[in-house]
Amino acid sequence: MSFPWANEYKPSHPLMQWLDDRLPLPRFVYNAVGAGYPVPRNLNYMWNFGVLAGFALVLQIVTGVVLAMHYAANDKVAFDSVEHIMRDVNWGWMLRYAHANGASMFFIVVYTHIFRGFFYSSYKAPREMIWLLGVVIFLLMMATAFMGYVLPWGQMSFWGAKVITGLFSAIPLVGPPLQEWLLGGFAPDNAALNRFFSLHFLLPFVILGVIILHVWALHIPGSSNPTGVEVKQESDTVPFHPYYTAKDGFGLGVFLMLYCALVFFAPNLLGHPDNYIPANPLSTPAHIVPEWYFWPFYAILRAFTSDFMFIPAKLMGVLAMFSAILVWFFLPWLDTSPVRSGHYRPLFRKFFYLLVVDVLVLGYCGGAPAAEPYVMISQIASMYYFLHFLVILPVVSSIETPQPLPFSITEAVLGKDEHAALAPATPAVA
Amino acid sequence: MVRLFGPLVGLFFAVALLWSFGNGAYNAATQPTPPTAEALFHMHPKEVAFSFDGAFGTFDKQQLQRGFKVYQEVCSNCHSLKQVAFRDLTALGYKEAEVKAIAKNWGNKAQTFDPKTGDRGERPNLPSDHFPPVYYAGQGAPPDLSLIAKSRHGGAQYIHALLTGYVDQAGYKNEAGEELLKKFPDAKTPDGLYFNPYFANLNLAMPAPLVSDGQVTYSDGTPATVDQMAKDVAAFLTWTAEPKLDKRKQTGWPVLLFLLAATALAYLAKRNVWADKH
Repeated sequence: MSFPWANEYKPSHPLMQWLDDRLPLPRFVYNAVGAGYPVPRNLNYMWNFGVLAGFALVLQIVTGVVLAMHYAANDKVAFDSVEHIMRDVNWGWMLRYAHANGASMFFIVVYTHIFRGFFYSSYKAPREMIWLLGVVIFLLMMATAFMGYVLPWGQMSFWGAKVITGLFSAIPLVGPPLQEWLLGGFAPDNAALNRFFSLHFLLPFVILGVIILHVWALHIPGSSNPTGVEVKQESDTVPFHPYYTAKDGFGLGVFLMLYCALVFFAPNLLGHPDNYIPANPLSTPAHIVPEWYFWPFYAILRAFTSDFMFIPAKLMGVLAMFSAILVWFFLPWLDTSPVRSGHYRPLFRKFFYLLVVDVLVLGYCGGAPAAEPYVMISQIASMYYFLHFLVILPVVSSIETPQPLPFSITEAVLGKDEHAALAPATPAVA
Repeated sequence: MVRLFGPLVGLFFAVALLWSFGNGAYNAATQPTPPTAEALFHMHPKEVAFSFDGAFGTFDKQQLQRGFKVYQEVCSNCHSLKQVAFRDLTALGYKEAEVKAIAKNWGNKAQTFDPKTGDRGERPNLPSDHFPPVYYAGQGAPPDLSLIAKSRHGGAQYIHALLTGYVDQAGYKNEAGEELLKKFPDAKTPDGLYFNPYFANLNLAMPAPLVSDGQVTYSDGTPATVDQMAKDVAAFLTWTAEPKLDKRKQTGWPVLLFLLAATALAYLAKRNVWADKH
């Protein structure tokens, strides 16, 4: 679907006409990310992050495929093969640092993209499916990143794999056999390393497939926008190209500068020194921590320190950690306010900022040693996390009085819209 | 359904967390965890400036050669360097003939194995060989030093601090003026270990390797004080861990400058495209 005023693809060159009649791929691109896709004219820079996430995925696939040409997925030589890449492969050090920091940049971009969705309620009807697919992409990203971190077969790789697969052993009855089945052994070893490599290579392409569905679903209702008011007329939109290609080009430049600053000047800033020690099953690191992008969820996992009723603390932690993400699937039905944008929801906005701080606190505690005061802080912060999504959001939606919305996107941008005078009284809900 | 069960699930997790929090707070109040000797007496590395610090820093080849000499004469008796090849030493400014000689004269020989006879043997190292393994007679294996600078918090500063940080445990006080053995009489260093407050758990199996000035004879005239030798070998081990450091920074600046220009152009292009839409 598109708006009736969308530009139509008209190939002028005979070759392009010939192609359009047989395989209208240029038409498809034109309608998807070209001049044929009308987009709200008021998108702010928070709307750059979808394109940036797609770019980050391509970057990971390109660097990853080349790294895979030099890497050996065998527990005897994996660590040394990574050092071989760092020392003897032409520009291997750059590829590896680009891939490792590319993962961090991917998560920075995707977290911003997700929180953009939280603030502007991008998950609300008619965009629920875009949101649901997005959560699936995030889950796949987490699995891919986790398995990628295991591949260098350093200390944190090994012990991270042991801890994370150990989570499955908390499941009653089937837990321990399930963990053995996942690892192909009683502890991470060559079998686990090989299957993680195989899946780490496969999953990015699965992500790519789900991204295609995500963008397809996006093109049904069209992009949301900072006012949350739906597109009503042609003056509310601009063609994606050149307006948003130009804007995304600038955003991409800023992204690349930050990324290259990391790769070339602080490549190990976001990593853990222990992963430069070869995996040793007989020596447990003092503090086992995952990569920074898992810290908030790791804090939730570790916050459950006491058995609750008949449920062991470990199982509670595992349930809570998975629920912390699964709860996002239910957001479209938990937040019932008819107004989308946080700009017009004063009470919601306060809780949103509280959530941002809460997740940052959780992240900090997740990276800190499992000792006081971090455990107690993460218990309070985890409590807020669950209450925010499952209790506060539904309550706020029903008691809050939203501020009046602009009549249209045009009015929001230009301050006036001649169509507004002709329309009936401004509805509170768009 | 979601609006009925959602809050119930939320409250369930919240109550479970409150329960954990209450238990934790009760335990903290009734049985406070006493601070450990490591927590109170472990020292963070001393601040030392190195030529490769910062975004513009590069390796000092003279220093790397001195550090290599310290590794050769002192560290290599127990510690291997298996990720590094002799040929890599050309990056330190050695000529190919010098590298050949260093490889040939290296104390530990390259190991050979003849699959036809099953005989194991030795031959002199070649520039293409990696540094050979070190057989250590004592207990445990001293860590390989190839990546030591990247696998420890503090990197080169940590190595320098550790090598110069050995002190007599008797009467040792921390910055707060507390005396270790008075506060923790049980923390006395066991036989066979050596006290060093820069080491994570205060005692390590390695005796002080750099003990006297002039222990290594420098050929470039630099006074070989213990502090200088520690700095030099820390720099050398930073090179073994990150041999492409210079290349990385040299590449980074043009890349960033190009991106800066490209981003500025992209910004102007964006302004131009949007001029009639604001």
